[in-house]
Amino acid sequence: MAKKSDIVFVREKDAPLLAPPLLESGAFGWFRQNILSTMNDFSSVGGAVRSLIMAAATLFIFYYSVNILWALIDFTLIEAVWSNPQGLKRELCTTALAGGVQHDGWHGACWPLIFAKIKFLTYGAYPFEELWRVNLAGVILIAGLVALMFERMPYRIHIGLFMLVIYPFLAFALLYGLGDWAGLPFVYTYDWGGILVTLVVALTGIVVSLPLGIALALGRQSKMPVIRGFCTIFIEFWRGIPLITVLFMASVALPLFLPKGVNIDNLLRALIGVTLFASAYMAEVIRGGLQAIDKGQYEAGTALGLNYWKNMRLIILPQALTYVIPGIVNTFIGLFKDTTLVAIIGLFDLLGAAQAAVNDASWSTPVQAITLYIYVALFYFICCLIMSRYSMRLERKLAKTND
Amino acid sequence: MVRKTKKTPQKTMKVSDELLISMHNVSKWFGSFQALREINLNVYKGERIIICGPSGSGKSTLIRCLNALEHHQAGEIKVLGNVLDNNIRHVETIRRDVGMVFQDFNLFPHLSILENCILAPIWVKKMPRAEAVDLAMSLLERVKIPEQASKFPGQISGGQKQRVAIARALCMNPQVMLFDEPTASLDPEMVSEVLDAMVELAESGMTMICVTHEMGFARKVANRVIFMDEKGQIVEQNEPNAFFDNPKSERTRQFLSKVLTH
Ligand SMILES: Nc1ncnc2c1ncn2[C@@H]1O[C@H](COP(=O)(O)OP(=O)(O)OP(=O)(O)O)[C@@H](O)[C@H]1O
Ligand SMILES: [Mg+2]
Repeated sequence: MAKKSDIVFVREKDAPLLAPPLLESGAFGWFRQNILSTMNDFSSVGGAVRSLIMAAATLFIFYYSVNILWALIDFTLIEAVWSNPQGLKRELCTTALAGGVQHDGWHGACWPLIFAKIKFLTYGAYPFEELWRVNLAGVILIAGLVALMFERMPYRIHIGLFMLVIYPFLAFALLYGLGDWAGLPFVYTYDWGGILVTLVVALTGIVVSLPLGIALALGRQSKMPVIRGFCTIFIEFWRGIPLITVLFMASVALPLFLPKGVNIDNLLRALIGVTLFASAYMAEVIRGGLQAIDKGQYEAGTALGLNYWKNMRLIILPQALTYVIPGIVNTFIGLFKDTTLVAIIGLFDLLGAAQAAVNDASWSTPVQAITLYIYVALFYFICCLIMSRYSMRLERKLAKTND
Repeated sequence: MVRKTKKTPQKTMKVSDELLISMHNVSKWFGSFQALREINLNVYKGERIIICGPSGSGKSTLIRCLNALEHHQAGEIKVLGNVLDNNIRHVETIRRDVGMVFQDFNLFPHLSILENCILAPIWVKKMPRAEAVDLAMSLLERVKIPEQASKFPGQISGGQKQRVAIARALCMNPQVMLFDEPTASLDPEMVSEVLDAMVELAESGMTMICVTHEMGFARKVANRVIFMDEKGQIVEQNEPNAFFDNPKSERTRQFLSKVLTH
C-alpha cells in the first residue's frame, strides 16, 4: 500500500531556481565537447571500436582536407605567376626545360593568361569602341541590385519597378543597339560572348521564369479543364526532355519549321529554350508551395470579398512563395549553371569563350586549361554563393516577421 | 461560462420584419451523399440564430452555403435581396456584406493583426488606408486588443486570434455575421473572452447565425435555436428557453442530454 505522503502533496515552498550547468568554454572546451566526446568511450568493446573508427575517420578527413586545400593554395597563389613584365606568352608559364622561363618542376596557375584574355572572356567579340555600352548596362544592373538589397532604401519600389520594367528595354537598346541614328550602332549577337552572354541568358531566364512559373502553377490548379490540361502538358513536356535536346532542337530543328528567309537570332532561340525549360521547373516548385497553404486561407479571403486574383496576390502567393524560397533559388542556381550548355549550339558564353582560349596555341602550356577553368569555376561559384547567401538572408527575415 | 451582462438582448421570436436571408428547400450533395436536405430558414434583421447538432449534421455546410463557400444544388437562397446563383457578381456583393468567423481563425499569418484587418476594406471597398486603419483600430478596441495591432498572428493566443478574426470581419461593416464553431478550437480558459465579444456584438443588434455548442451562450443571446440531425435536416427550431427546457423531438432530447450533462 502506498504511503499517505506519496499520495497527498501540497507545495509550500517553490522548487529552487537553478542556474544552467556550466559549459566548458574556450578552444579546448569546444574541442572536448565536439570532437573528443565522440571517441572517448572505451567502457565496452563496441564503444571502443566505435571510438577508434571515429578517431581514424576524423584524422583521415582532416588530413585530406588540409592536403587538398594546401594544393589549391599552392597552385593558385604561391606558385602562381602573377606578372608579365616582358610581355611573354607561352614561355611565361613553361619550365626552362620546355623552353620557358620557369624553373624545373614548376607547377602553378598562369594568371597573366587570364589578364590577356579578360576582354574576350567578358565580352566575347563585342567591338572594342562599343564596350562602354556593355559596361554601362552592367553598372546600372549592379547598382540596381545592390540598392534593392537594402530594405531601408528610399524609393525602393520605384527602383524595383525601374529594374523590372524599364531596365530590360534599356539593356536591350544598349547591348543590341538602335541603329546609327541613335548613336548606338547594332552589335549583332554573334559578336556577343563571355560573361555578357552568360548573364544575358541567366538573367532573362530568371526574370521571366518566375512569373511564367507562377502562371503555370496557378493554371495547373485551375478549375477550368482546358487551362489545367494545357499547363500540365506544357510542364510535363519541358520537364521531360533534356535541356541539351531543347537547345539542339532550337538551333537545328526550328529553322526547318520556319518559312524560308525567316531567321531567328541564335541567342534568342537559346533564351526562349532556357526560359521555358526553367519555367516548367519553377512551376512545380511553386505548386509545391501552393499546396502547403491551408484551404482556410483562401476561404477566409473569399469570405472577406476578395476575388480570385486578389486572393492569390495578397494572401496565397506571398505565403506560398515564402515557403519555397529555397526551391526557387535552387532552380535559379541550376538555371545559372545550365546556361553553360548554350556553348554547344555555338554561343560563346563564359565557358565557350574559355574553351576557345584553351585552344589558343600561342599560350599553349600545361597549365593553360586548368588556369582558365579555375577562373570559370570561381566566377560561377561566387555568383551562386551570392544567390544562396541572399536567399538565406531573405528566409531569415521572413521567418522573423512571420512568428 | 458567460460573463453576466447588465442588459440581456431582446429575445422575441422576430426582431424586425426585414428579411435578410431566406433558404427555400435547399439541398446540397457531396458526390452522392446528401449533406443538406430541403432546408427552409428565414432570418430577419437583428435575429441571433444558434445552430446545433451532432458532428456531420451539415451545420457548417449550411452556413457556408450562405456566402457561397459551398454551392447548393437545389432550392433557392436569397441573401440581402440577391439570389445566390452562379453569377459571380451577385456572389461577390453578398460576400462583402456577410462576415464570417471560422473555427480555426484563418488569420493571414504573413500579415500583422492590423494588416489582417485593413486588407479587405482597402482592396475590396477601396477605402483610403488612413481611414481603414482608424476603422480597424476602433474595432480592435471593441474586441479589447488594440495593443496587439502590430503583432503577427503567430505571436498571440487563440482567444486573441479569434477576436482579431471577429474584428477583421467587422471591418467590412457586414449586415450579417456567420460563426462556425468559433470557440471549438480554443483552450477552455479563452472561450469566455471570445463569447464576451460575441455577446457584445449581439447587444449591438447585429444579425448573427452561429454554429456552437456553447449552450449557456445560446440561452443568453439567441432568439432562435435550430437543431439539425445526422441526415442533414432541420429537426427542431424554437425560442431558446423552450428549446432547452422542453424539447419536442426525441432526437433533440437525446442530443441535449449528451451536451448538457457535463
Ligand atoms: N468537401 C466535402 N466533401 C465531401 N463530403 C463533405 C465535405 N464537406 C463535408 N462533407 C460531409 O458532409 C457532412 C456534413 O458536414 P459538415 O462539415 O457540414 O458537418 P458539421 O455539422 O459542421 O459537423 P462538425 O460538427 O463536425 O463540424 C459530413 O458527413 C461530411 O462528411
Ligand atoms: Mg462543422
